Amino acid sequence: MATFLIRRLAGMAFVMFVVSVLTYFIFFVLPGGDPAVRMAGKRPTPEIINAIREEWGLDEPFYTQYLTMMGKLFSGELVSYDQREDVVARIIDGAPRTFALAIGAAIIWFAAGVALGLFSAIRAGGIRDRVVTVLALIGISTPVFLLGALASYYIGYKWGILPDGGYTPVSEGGLWQWLKHLIMPWLVLATLFIGVYSRIVRSSVLDTINDDYVRTARAKGISERRVMTRHVLRNSLIPVVTLWGLDFGYVLGGGAILTEKVFGIQGVGGYFADSITRLDVPPVMAVVLFGAFFIVLLNTIVDIVYALLDPRIRLS
Amino acid sequence: MSTPAPLLDVQNLKVDFRTEDGVVHAVDDVSFQLRPGEVLAVVGESGSGKSVTAMTLMGLTRSPNATFGGTARLRDLDLISATDDELRAVRGKEIAMIFQDPMTSLNPVHRIGAQIVEQIQAHEDVSDAEARDRVVTLLERVGIPRAAERVDSYPHEFSGGMRQRVMIAMAMSCDPAILIADEPTTALDVTIQAQILREMRDLRERTGTAIILVTHDLGVVADIADRIAVMYAGRIVETGTLDEIFYDPQHPYTWGLLGSITRIDRERPERLPSIPGSPPSLIDRPEGCHFRPRCRHEFGDCVKYPALESRIPDSPGHQDRCWLSVDEKRARREIAPGQIGLESEGAVA
Repeated sequence: MATFLIRRLAGMAFVMFVVSVLTYFIFFVLPGGDPAVRMAGKRPTPEIINAIREEWGLDEPFYTQYLTMMGKLFSGELVSYDQREDVVARIIDGAPRTFALAIGAAIIWFAAGVALGLFSAIRAGGIRDRVVTVLALIGISTPVFLLGALASYYIGYKWGILPDGGYTPVSEGGLWQWLKHLIMPWLVLATLFIGVYSRIVRSSVLDTINDDYVRTARAKGISERRVMTRHVLRNSLIPVVTLWGLDFGYVLGGGAILTEKVFGIQGVGGYFADSITRLDVPPVMAVVLFGAFFIVLLNTIVDIVYALLDPRIRLS
Repeated sequence: MSTPAPLLDVQNLKVDFRTEDGVVHAVDDVSFQLRPGEVLAVVGESGSGKSVTAMTLMGLTRSPNATFGGTARLRDLDLISATDDELRAVRGKEIAMIFQDPMTSLNPVHRIGAQIVEQIQAHEDVSDAEARDRVVTLLERVGIPRAAERVDSYPHEFSGGMRQRVMIAMAMSCDPAILIADEPTTALDVTIQAQILREMRDLRERTGTAIILVTHDLGVVADIADRIAVMYAGRIVETGTLDEIFYDPQHPYTWGLLGSITRIDRERPERLPSIPGSPPSLIDRPEGCHFRPRCRHEFGDCVKYPALESRIPDSPGHQDRCWLSVDEKRARREIAPGQIGLESEGAVA
């Protein structure tokens, strides 16, 4: 276990290093990406541009610039080119919003995906199964920006059932306001995953239900309910739980950008999207590392949980 | 001979499965009785309906696509028409089953002790600690060393033979009246097979549990069975005591089965003996005797439905479904009586 953790930590550090170098390099070579020109305002003289370059260290070689930026990032001094605001502070401010969105949606899509998958697996091939299949495919194929925009317009704006966007922290508006603002984003973000998970759970349950040990369980004379939960579901959810961890990391690490934008949640994803359009490298770097961190972290957690769920798997 | 009342009385059992290709007549008109403490071997090749018969007694073949006929009375309960709840109360408690592949028959994610405890607690109101103690005793009894520690092991930490012992311990955990063993040794090494068989024999001696042993291995049968039912294409084609079947086989299919045993103490044949042809489709079966198309002795009467009845005057228990006369059978069978069998002192050791 100790060696496993050390190896995984080293791996995580390496992945984040590679991701950050690549991201920085992309912006370095991107045409129109020269931050000095962008910062100098309208009709800059070459002198001004050069002065900015010198001031921000933009005349240094690539690796020096990279190291400077990483140093600033990890000491919390990183400032964006565009608004000159504290990048780390913005991320710390946006992270709770992104977490609230991702955690809520992940719980919803797991619960709904498992319920629907089980529902269609129990009478596979029947009419209910087919209805769920069609709904799942619709859910999978509907883009978040379309679904989000429709939901926000009708449910939020036109009918006024729920707020059409924004985010209210619990400390400001109380639990109910916080919840009201998140219900739609949760459902919109979860829709795609519910579709995918219901299909995966369905096929996983169908694989398991004919396994020999399920027959053994029935032969013991235990209730059908116990056969389904302790023997069928317990085994068929192992791959689903691991996938869930990975998808949760993906949503934290950028998968919720569209949802955040559509509903104006101003989380890390929304900040990322805004920074990209301004080619603002410091926040982009910071958010990319934020996302990469959670993706690799969740990967490691998934491996550990997998070993806990399935005694045949050993961490080594 | 005085026969105690049968524990299990199966009459005209019929199992059909609806499939896309048509109705599969998996079991057709199967009748037999099982007396307390008796070992009945059901033999036949793959697809003869022997496993389906066994599973049907446990209610494990029930599905929307299956239809059943006939009765299978265990004491006062008809296992075929019983409700799911009635059946659940009986299985694991009165009838228990061991399956063919011990590698996959245990749930990989639960400790073996917990899997047996689950069965005990499904039928008896005992505390966790009490059930666990009982499991340790059961595991010791089936020859698992250091049972007190191994009770918390996972199935993957056991070998195939050990897992089959666990399955036996599980099956015996509620002292069932009947143990159904569906090819319990097929997936195991030969040396382990012998150990498992010994385990089952000991068990019968100790507990008086009646055993239905489903197998295609006649060596296994000779080791342990009291009576044999030979199945072909969903029907029992011959049934009798071990000696009757081995020394005076009546049905040409039984001759074929017995002739296909290889023996290391005899000269090696050029080719392994086999029955020509292949078993009929269970969707579209030949009229009359199902073995007819593969039988060298076919004649006009074979298209008539052959009842399973005693055709030898003074052995009412020895029944078969062949239209040949007893004398013809004895004259025609290629296997001389005794040639196939094992020496009788070895038979019931």
